[in-house]
Amino acid sequence: MGETIIKIQNLIRSYQMGSTTLNALNNVTLDFTTGEFTGLIGPSGSGKTTLLNIIGSLDLPTSGSAEVLGRKIETLSPKQAAVLRNFEIGFIFQTFNLLPVYTIYENIEFPLLLQPQLKTPQRREMVRQALEWVGLADRAGSMPKQLSGGQCQRVAIARAIVKKPRLVLADEPTANLDAQNSANIMEIMLKLNRELNTTFIFSTHDEKVIKHLRRKIKLADGQVVSDESI
Amino acid sequence: MPLFKLALRNLLGGGLRTWLNAFILSVSFVIIIGCQGLYKGMARQMEHLAVGSYYGGGQYWQANYDPFDTLTLDDAHGRLPDALQKMSAAGQAVPVLKRQATLYAQNRVLNITLNGIKQEQTIIDIPTARLRDTGHAIPAIIGDAMAKSAGLQQGDTAVLRWRNAHGTFDANEIYIAAIMNTQVGVIDQGQVWIALDVMQKITVLPDEATLVITAQGSAPPRGADAGNWVFRNQDFLLTDERNMMTSEYIEGGIMYAVFLFLAMLGIFDTQILAIYHRIKEMGTMLALGITKNDLIWIFTLEGALHSLLAAGLAFIYGTPLLIWFDRIGFSMADMDQFGLALGDTIYPVFTPGIIIGTAILIFALTAFVSYLPCRRIAKLNPTDALRGKIA
Ligand SMILES: Nc1ncnc2c1ncn2[C@@H]1O[C@H](COP(=O)(O)OP(=O)(O)O)[C@@H](O)[C@H]1O
Ligand SMILES: [Mg+2]
Repeated sequence: MGETIIKIQNLIRSYQMGSTTLNALNNVTLDFTTGEFTGLIGPSGSGKTTLLNIIGSLDLPTSGSAEVLGRKIETLSPKQAAVLRNFEIGFIFQTFNLLPVYTIYENIEFPLLLQPQLKTPQRREMVRQALEWVGLADRAGSMPKQLSGGQCQRVAIARAIVKKPRLVLADEPTANLDAQNSANIMEIMLKLNRELNTTFIFSTHDEKVIKHLRRKIKLADGQVVSDESI
Repeated sequence: MPLFKLALRNLLGGGLRTWLNAFILSVSFVIIIGCQGLYKGMARQMEHLAVGSYYGGGQYWQANYDPFDTLTLDDAHGRLPDALQKMSAAGQAVPVLKRQATLYAQNRVLNITLNGIKQEQTIIDIPTARLRDTGHAIPAIIGDAMAKSAGLQQGDTAVLRWRNAHGTFDANEIYIAAIMNTQVGVIDQGQVWIALDVMQKITVLPDEATLVITAQGSAPPRGADAGNWVFRNQDFLLTDERNMMTSEYIEGGIMYAVFLFLAMLGIFDTQILAIYHRIKEMGTMLALGITKNDLIWIFTLEGALHSLLAAGLAFIYGTPLLIWFDRIGFSMADMDQFGLALGDTIYPVFTPGIIIGTAILIFALTAFVSYLPCRRIAKLNPTDALRGKIA
């Protein structure tokens, strides 16, 4: 087992809906270690996205704590949170979320542009390598709208991985893909997990994803109902 | 991080809408520069004409003379100090004697200012050679505006009534020896010009004058040399014309303010739309680690860059347009109602100041209008943005 990189304790995230309070996450306690390939599994509304967002420092706990890569999310300033995301965390979304006016190359380069220490030749090399990982080296100059869904998601993976983050958070990455493309991107992510020892946390209810997971955390109504590793 | 490149990419990604906004803004550029150049040209021409036909290189005023109070004309006369006398004799200056008088013309009674000016002068453009005495009525010159309001034509006669230095009324017939085609109001409206020697004789003010117009470029004597006559330089004399120009200028400004307003509205609207439509994009960028400040910068810059595109467009089609405009000038034939001293055609003057000033104005306004809608990015919640929801 690797070192613990995420420590979640008694985490509650609630939303005020008029007079009632909805607990999207209700007292969640979890640890994650380096190199995991783990899924948060549960039906729609069970709190998967909410948990990923808090781990990704896009959202804050209502109570409890979430320590990610040595930083307590609830204490970070917006600027510190941005730095954490920029250097350490890659995001993959269900809807790909490519930036429409940028080319594939520029989409992948974008997170590197936010890291001032990287010079142009370095960035070029990193983008080239990321394109190779996802098998899209020949599409660097294309626009997102010229690509299929599966290709878009591969670009998104390249964009998440290009800066070699320690953690990748993938929110239902296969929900908009067919079986063939789903299998394809899972393979890519497994390979990256193996070769770079990147920690992957998924949210999913897709069997094609679940069968690859080494750890399955089941969520229901904002609570952890089971946590199995193989 | 190259915010500029990102913003430019986003802007150009906007396609037709971007170019439409940029085009409208470029029209403002061209209109503002065109108008400013025209006003500048008008102002120059007007000053040029006013100087050439009345102000010369500046004037010496007898101590009592006040052009805004015709009643002072009774006392505003005196003998020329030696220095001015010398200048006048050398053809470096021309004295003018002014008195109030009444003109009876075509059943009209008009209060006028009678001006006596040396017939042989060449210092100002009034055709004083036409004042040569032909033996009967007093020859007089009037401007075309005066001719119109008095209903007089060349060769017509009218009766002039005045008070001489002793306060005694006297009258005589004058005939219109020439009508000046002039746009300089101060020598035209309410003004009648006759020969100085005749004027001095009929008013019993020998050798006296009210003011002395110096030749352009002459070196007027200073201080004690001019006795108690006060030197008024061109800047002083042109104050009225310049003030009038400024108010004209402000009126014209309203025209292009409207255009500018439309252009700004277009950009403001585009910015608001961009922020609503691209909320998910912003959420994604935040997830990728951009700060909200940088995001505000990118979107503000993106809007502000419209002005750069507009400047480019304006340069492309505006330059030939303005050069052409500069060549053919602008016909002012029907703009007499301004009462400005203008020739028939105005040639605009485009100074670097006008162009740079306009560019700065437009850049600043566009940046401001682009920034306004971006302020709400600061309140954006990244998770809501990722869901495509504006909080
Ligand atoms: N911004 C929000 N406002 C109100 N309720 C929310 C908000 N975000 C999520 N929720 C609620 O929190 C619960 C968990 O949502 P989510 O984490 O998106 O679930 P999942 O990703 O598992 O489908 C749902 O009931 C959802 O309606
Ligand atoms: Mg979800």
